[in-house]
Amino acid sequence: MSASSIALNRFGLGARPGDGVSSDSAKWVLAQCERFDARPAAIASAPSTSSVSATLATYFAQQRMIRAEFGPRRPKPAPSTSTPMKAPAMPATMAQPAMPDTAADNPGEAARRAARQLAGKQSRDDYGGAVAARTIAALTSDAPFVERLVHFWANHFAVSTDKLEVTGLAGPMEFEAIRPHVLGNFADMLNAVEHHPAMLLYLDQAVSVGPDSPFAARRPRRRTGLNENLAREIMELHTLGVRSGYTQGDVTEFARAMTGWTVAGIGRGPGARMQDDRRQDDARPGAFVFLADVHQPGDRMVMGKRYPAAGEAQAQAVLADLAVHPATAAHIATKLARHFAGDTPPTAMVKRLQAAFLESGGDLPTVYRALVASPEAWVTQPVKFKSPWEWYVSTQRALGTTMVQPGVTVGMMNQLGQPVWKPGQPVGYDDIAAAWAGPDAILRRVEAAERFAARAGPVDARALAPTLFPASLSPATTQAIARADSPAQGLALLLVAPESMRR
Amino acid sequence: MLDRRSFLSTGTLGVLASAFAPRIAFARAATNKRFVFVIQRGAADGLGTIGAVGDPAFAGVRGDLAADFATGTKLDGMFVLHPAMTASASLYKQGQALFAHAIASPYRDRSHFDGQNVLETGGASAYQVRDGWLNRLLGVLPAEEARAIAVAATVPMALRGRREVASYAPSNLPDASDDLLQRVAMLYDGDRQLHALWSEAMATRQLTSDLGQDGGRNAAATGALAARLLKPDNGARIAMIETGGWDTHTGQRGRLAAQLKGLDAMVASLQAGLGPLWADTMVLVATEFGRTVAVNGTGGTDHGTGTAAMLFGGGVKGGRVVSDWPGLAPAALYEARDLKPTMQLDAFIGGAVSSHFGIEPARAMAALFPVSAKTAAIEDLVRV
Repeated sequence: MSASSIALNRFGLGARPGDGVSSDSAKWVLAQCERFDARPAAIASAPSTSSVSATLATYFAQQRMIRAEFGPRRPKPAPSTSTPMKAPAMPATMAQPAMPDTAADNPGEAARRAARQLAGKQSRDDYGGAVAARTIAALTSDAPFVERLVHFWANHFAVSTDKLEVTGLAGPMEFEAIRPHVLGNFADMLNAVEHHPAMLLYLDQAVSVGPDSPFAARRPRRRTGLNENLAREIMELHTLGVRSGYTQGDVTEFARAMTGWTVAGIGRGPGARMQDDRRQDDARPGAFVFLADVHQPGDRMVMGKRYPAAGEAQAQAVLADLAVHPATAAHIATKLARHFAGDTPPTAMVKRLQAAFLESGGDLPTVYRALVASPEAWVTQPVKFKSPWEWYVSTQRALGTTMVQPGVTVGMMNQLGQPVWKPGQPVGYDDIAAAWAGPDAILRRVEAAERFAARAGPVDARALAPTLFPASLSPATTQAIARADSPAQGLALLLVAPESMRR
Repeated sequence: MLDRRSFLSTGTLGVLASAFAPRIAFARAATNKRFVFVIQRGAADGLGTIGAVGDPAFAGVRGDLAADFATGTKLDGMFVLHPAMTASASLYKQGQALFAHAIASPYRDRSHFDGQNVLETGGASAYQVRDGWLNRLLGVLPAEEARAIAVAATVPMALRGRREVASYAPSNLPDASDDLLQRVAMLYDGDRQLHALWSEAMATRQLTSDLGQDGGRNAAATGALAARLLKPDNGARIAMIETGGWDTHTGQRGRLAAQLKGLDAMVASLQAGLGPLWADTMVLVATEFGRTVAVNGTGGTDHGTGTAAMLFGGGVKGGRVVSDWPGLAPAALYEARDLKPTMQLDAFIGGAVSSHFGIEPARAMAALFPVSAKTAAIEDLVRV
């Protein structure tokens, strides 16, 4: 690969017709940081945290009203067999299709089902709108390097749209917690993500209750208590990294410190309930709320350091220390190096990025400059097998697509094996070739490419190819395109050529 | 259920027997054996699947989660199977289902991703071993049987490694035209990685050309699909199916019931789809670790240690729960919170796979679990 092809494909998201790289490829990449638009038109008009939350809050309020009117759900026999096993982490309410009650014999269940179906449809609409906005931003951006970093961080802080509450909120989390901080400080991005309702709901923080809190004391019979899910994943996935020295005790202590961090108006946590039952809290739905009433009292010891009782600020202080911990720097440096220099990140490069992170206190542009300055990221052999998302975006940029319909990208990413914001696990999607280079995965790309090419209109693949991969095309690809029996077939071959599969 | 003493003595005899067994065991004629590994990603709750209702502490510590077992299938004096698993219960009664309880891989922390890596690579710690044990199993099978497929678009860790394996999942995309497929084959000819992947994709396509219909949308369809991939003489002999959704931190009662119902349907459709081949089939179900014994504050359970594993198949010496039960009293728990593992999953898998394929147990352990190769494989899991 030539330096300009690396700039376009490895650092960027693939060339659009007419895209060119200036003679200093590294400078051209970094200059994109000046051009990046955190809130382009497509994102600005996409569903927002507050619009999605308002819809969800209406649904949860309805459910509480139905409960007040008809009483709690009736116990049901074992749920239906049609539940798909592949979809991970489904909440009970989604995993079990309601039994076929008729309105006459079970009016409460019928009302619940109707409300649920409406909420499901609204969430899917919000999700589709957000996926389209993300795609359009990626296809039209003049700062594809920074867009790539947005996708990188969204996968680092992965939520998965397996829960109703997360389906519509995953996009807004990327738009409002990640995009504004992608060129800022890591601690600020971390803070924004951990306060976002998508994360608080996805990893069950919103339902975690301090066992010795006043809230728990008033409800000795209710099953409320600690849930350590988010605290663990913050340490394991978002900051320090697994096996970096923290213990089960640290996880539990951090989880205790985090109790009280919850979401207003959505879900089944105390935040939703307090707003409704007690009318103490007039925060708008979806807003982060700290409920002192739910917080576990007392000092906490996390990784050998004492954090005095300080309400909301206690977990905040832990988070601030985690954000600048050397293990966090090493974890982030390793993942960035893997993303740009290959599946086995070069040790020297990881050390440089870690040093840049630590010396700058987590200033991300400083880390990116160290990244672009690393010769390991400019080796001429392709170092990465593209993920389905990377491949899809690069094909659409190559075709000059600037507009997509919501359902189209959603369906295509499902078929290609990487549904947007739905990795199924908080670890996000794998960033190594072994995860994506499967026989069936390649066949699907070929099927998709034939469809893209058939709909692309008159494009001359022979002319397009060298602009996508300047001075980097193999004779085999050039020849295969030249010998194609139709322009569309030539284009399809270009889109699945080895040059298009890797970066 | 076996008690500790008989369990240990079988193990010891197994080691002695295998030490004197002839090495020639490999040079044998090809068999009809089929093997399916169903991985439960997310840490399936063994105690919620097979309840230890005979343990005096069980009902108290499991609270609401214990209630479902009132209608489950009694397996022996200690254990009851979750009522959602009706097909499995009937296999158990026919002696074709065997459950192992209080079992764990060598992994002792609580990260899903590290735990799954250990489960799939057969290492003692995460990322210690670079390929998967199912891939290494191919190396000890006769060449004509060494074919495996992942029932997924991509190849999971357990199947990754030196030997090539296929992957297949139904696609809703329209089939590409044959002319394009041939030209892609030529285009990839000089590219080692893409050439290998493409050859594999085309070979699989031949076997499955009419499978697009069922869409693989649910567990039963996935089981049926796997059966179709395994059934032909020239098809795969080993298949791996991934299932997710086992990470029940909240609302476990309904969620786990739905998951188990799906798993049960998958096993049933594998059996139905394989027909007479079921007699030669072994299905292993395993997860990366278990969940906490106590119910958490949100009606779920958190990451734990010991759990259950399952074997199904015509040759399985089933109708038994194999366990050296550690007990659920507070003092008996691992780190005061988890079911204490008293059986090694490596030894269980090594024993099951070696008896199924007729491989010398010590040799199977060395190939599949090289870092715990000194452990004796658990024998007597298969009817001879």
